[in-house]
Amino acid sequence: MRYLPLTEADRSAMLETIGAPDVDALFSDVPEEARLTGPIEGLPMHASEMAVEKHMRRLSKKNLAASDAAFFLGAGAYKHHVPASVDHIIQRGEFLTAYTPYQPEIAQGTLQMLFEFQTQVARLYGCHVANASMYDGSTACWEAVAMASRIARGKKRKVVLSGALHPHYAEVVKTMAKFTEDEIAHASPALQAQPDNDGLIARIDDDTSCVVVQYPDILGRVTDLQPIADAAHEKGALLIVVNTEPVALGAIRSPGEMGADIVVGEGQSLGVGLQFGGPYLGLFAVTSPKHVRQMPGRLCGETVDAEGKRGFVLTLSTREQHIRREKATSNICTNSGLCALAFSVHMTLLGEKGLRRLAMENHCLACHAADRLAKVPGVSVLNDSFFNEFTIRLGTDARAVVRTLAERDILAGVSLGRLFPNNAELADGLLVAVTETTTEEDIETLASALEEVLS
Amino acid sequence: MSAPNQSGWKPGTPVEDHNAMSGPDTVTGNRALMLEEPLLFEIGHVETTGVDLPEPSGATTRLGGMDRAEAIGLPGLSEPEAVRHYTRLSRQNYGIDLGFFPLGSCTMKHNPRLNEKVARMPGFADVHPLQPVQTVRGALEVINELAHWLIALTGMHGVAMSPKAGAHGELCGILCIRAALEARGDARKVVLVPESAHGTNPATAAFAGYEVEDIPATPEGRVDLEALKARLGPDVAAVMITNPNTCGLFERDMKAISDAVHAAGGFVYCDGANFNAIVGKVRPGDLGVDAMHINLHKTFSTPHGGGGPGSGPVVLSEALAPYGPLPYVVRGKDGEVHLVEEENADQYGHTQSFGRMTAFHGQMGMFSRALTYMLSHGADGLKQVAEDAVLNANYVLRSLDDVLDAPFGPSGPCMHEALFSDAGFAEDISTLDLAKGLIDEGYHPMTMYFPLVVHGAMLIEPTETESKAALDQFIAALRSVAERAKAGDATLKTAPHYAPRRRLDETLAARKPVLAYEEPVAPSGQPTMSEQGGR
Repeated sequence: MRYLPLTEADRSAMLETIGAPDVDALFSDVPEEARLTGPIEGLPMHASEMAVEKHMRRLSKKNLAASDAAFFLGAGAYKHHVPASVDHIIQRGEFLTAYTPYQPEIAQGTLQMLFEFQTQVARLYGCHVANASMYDGSTACWEAVAMASRIARGKKRKVVLSGALHPHYAEVVKTMAKFTEDEIAHASPALQAQPDNDGLIARIDDDTSCVVVQYPDILGRVTDLQPIADAAHEKGALLIVVNTEPVALGAIRSPGEMGADIVVGEGQSLGVGLQFGGPYLGLFAVTSPKHVRQMPGRLCGETVDAEGKRGFVLTLSTREQHIRREKATSNICTNSGLCALAFSVHMTLLGEKGLRRLAMENHCLACHAADRLAKVPGVSVLNDSFFNEFTIRLGTDARAVVRTLAERDILAGVSLGRLFPNNAELADGLLVAVTETTTEEDIETLASALEEVLS
Repeated sequence: MSAPNQSGWKPGTPVEDHNAMSGPDTVTGNRALMLEEPLLFEIGHVETTGVDLPEPSGATTRLGGMDRAEAIGLPGLSEPEAVRHYTRLSRQNYGIDLGFFPLGSCTMKHNPRLNEKVARMPGFADVHPLQPVQTVRGALEVINELAHWLIALTGMHGVAMSPKAGAHGELCGILCIRAALEARGDARKVVLVPESAHGTNPATAAFAGYEVEDIPATPEGRVDLEALKARLGPDVAAVMITNPNTCGLFERDMKAISDAVHAAGGFVYCDGANFNAIVGKVRPGDLGVDAMHINLHKTFSTPHGGGGPGSGPVVLSEALAPYGPLPYVVRGKDGEVHLVEEENADQYGHTQSFGRMTAFHGQMGMFSRALTYMLSHGADGLKQVAEDAVLNANYVLRSLDDVLDAPFGPSGPCMHEALFSDAGFAEDISTLDLAKGLIDEGYHPMTMYFPLVVHGAMLIEPTETESKAALDQFIAALRSVAERAKAGDATLKTAPHYAPRRRLDETLAARKPVLAYEEPVAPSGQPTMSEQGGR
């Protein structure tokens, strides 16, 4: 077996040192009736690298890769071009095969990278401090809600979710709240050009620990969050802003500027790739220094070594489970380190100039797509405002249209029926995302196919 | 035993002129291949970019009037500068590719590169989680095939694939237990956890709304069955046990523990962090376990990546499987794999799910890697994995128990981890000092001060991917450092001496947290970005 270096001679010599007659003697504490005598049945035996690769390639080919289609899916995961050097860097063994940097003297590479990453995220979000990442956007969203409950010390039990929050994020919050007994106020969005911010504000009361809004929202709309922040703060509640497309923040104002207290999001767009949903990258930041010690997750901080040289360490770990056990701010002990590296490298390659250009390229192509699709008979564009994703209405069940177009290698978007299966009023809605990877030809392909299918 | 090193240099060789050997100071602060690297914020510039993108056309925007006007403060680097920046940083890291990583409870085994190649195949890396099911059958088959392996290896009934890492898996298991209890109208309040448990166990139980109580251990390092039985009752929802446990021992009474917990109406959660010791040798399902998370990044070799991403699928007993989270994947009567979500859960009879734990399907990138690893080893190879891992750990234990105190050495063979205490060290030398001394010898330290039940604990997990020669060199190095610790060698107090950094001031970092870079402000009030570059 190519991954196992011990030879039979090694094994015999080692057993002799140990003083055991055979390897089975080392398993003598396993009750005999439970001990397996041979390889587990129903599973294949070992296979060569070539054979395994062939098998996996066959499975891979049963999928339609995004790059082989006219591709318009978004809704929390976006297809962007990732520079080749990003993948090269994350495959360096010193990053790929390192452990969590608990031994800082031999982990400065990971630690300095995390410090740079935290700074990049904090600036992108317009925040004071960002952590070293979390599992993904949806779990980061729940962690933010849990943090707001902690800050309210259990005295406020109500969580107000915007109807235009990604429904899977809302589901995660609802799932977890069942167990923490937070009360969740949530409704599906209405198909309107503007989100119902007044309705949202009306749901905030003195028992509200936090308000959660998405920006740009699930339908792609972009609005000023300041009035929501003001209303929340007036009732002593925190404003949590969720962002699922970090590239947008190269074009639109940061949540931190508009009064957000906690900003969380999905970082997948930069460096990580689509990967069928994971691993992704949860981003988490706060605007106020007073909330830093309530944050979940790892934090990397600057310090000096015994010779006075600058260095970095994981810090404020008295919030964490390995120290605090049942009193920890979160049970999570892993971040998404390698994805954070990919994000950070991609962001470094872009720089502010590149990020702004990338954002405008996305936006301009999306404007072009919206205009072109609006000309398709039967199609109307819902949004007045959007970044790189907008909602169109087809006048018929969008799920069926999506399936039909997929037969022609057109991945037309995410149907609102898939996202909100219990709301028939949304069934004709289709979310269309456009990025720098979308060509004018792709847009034309989608528009003409829709013309055909809807006629 | 092979010599500690093969370079020709011998420890203790006297150096005639020490100053001549240590060399002059350098202007750059570099030491040949040991290269200092400034922060990105000290070398980059907001006008620099390493990506070619068109100049914005100046067309009007439809951003709802929310255009971002102010500077963001994100410096960029050209590609050659970026590659060099990160390559230099990487060289300040230790990794499995560089050397032995005996970190207990973390299973730092070799990460096969075929796994990386497979995960990057376009059909896995370049598919969107919300693509129509008909375009992702192969991805669903990977999930289903991996689920089949996990079920077969553990002898369980079902598996929840979506949890993102071990602690998320623990939470999934405990939430299944709580949902099952609530479904029968049974509001139990307490979860029992051994003192030797991973910190995530009590944190998870508390997060799920349970009171946590300790279970005592016997002097030989195992769960005290009689004490546990005495505590069981109608208020106990679950017992969380790690098996093999964190003292490196197999819980011999596991079946009796499960039977007692079940008889009292509770469930058994098993922390699967140590599954590498028993994969292919014993199936947790045969020992009465109801739920167990499996760290794909431990037993099944997906890379640790400097702290994630992990992946923590949870295998479930027949009693708990109906409560598992959405979405999940099943093979239908038509022979095709299907995705079960909120929309079609009724159709598949999965109506009691406790809900969704994460937006999408879990860590697909880890699934393709783990499945590749399993197919490479096969059922026979995985059995060999456990046997070699346990053999290596016992070899380390018995090669060092004359120089280091092995508190549970007399309890019999260990599983895949060897546990030592600091008994016998000179008074002012700690486990931390010994660990830092090991860094100078070119090793990542073992897990320290865990489990808490052993004073100054050192938990060593060699894994099956270390050769005997690698172990012999490590044993020689640890023996030497241990002897220095017992003799009170003061140079251990200031170790490491040869790492990119000496000991770091963690107190300062926590007292005055600096968690993001801030540009130094020049006297004119203009921040400069290059002021500290090149230190």
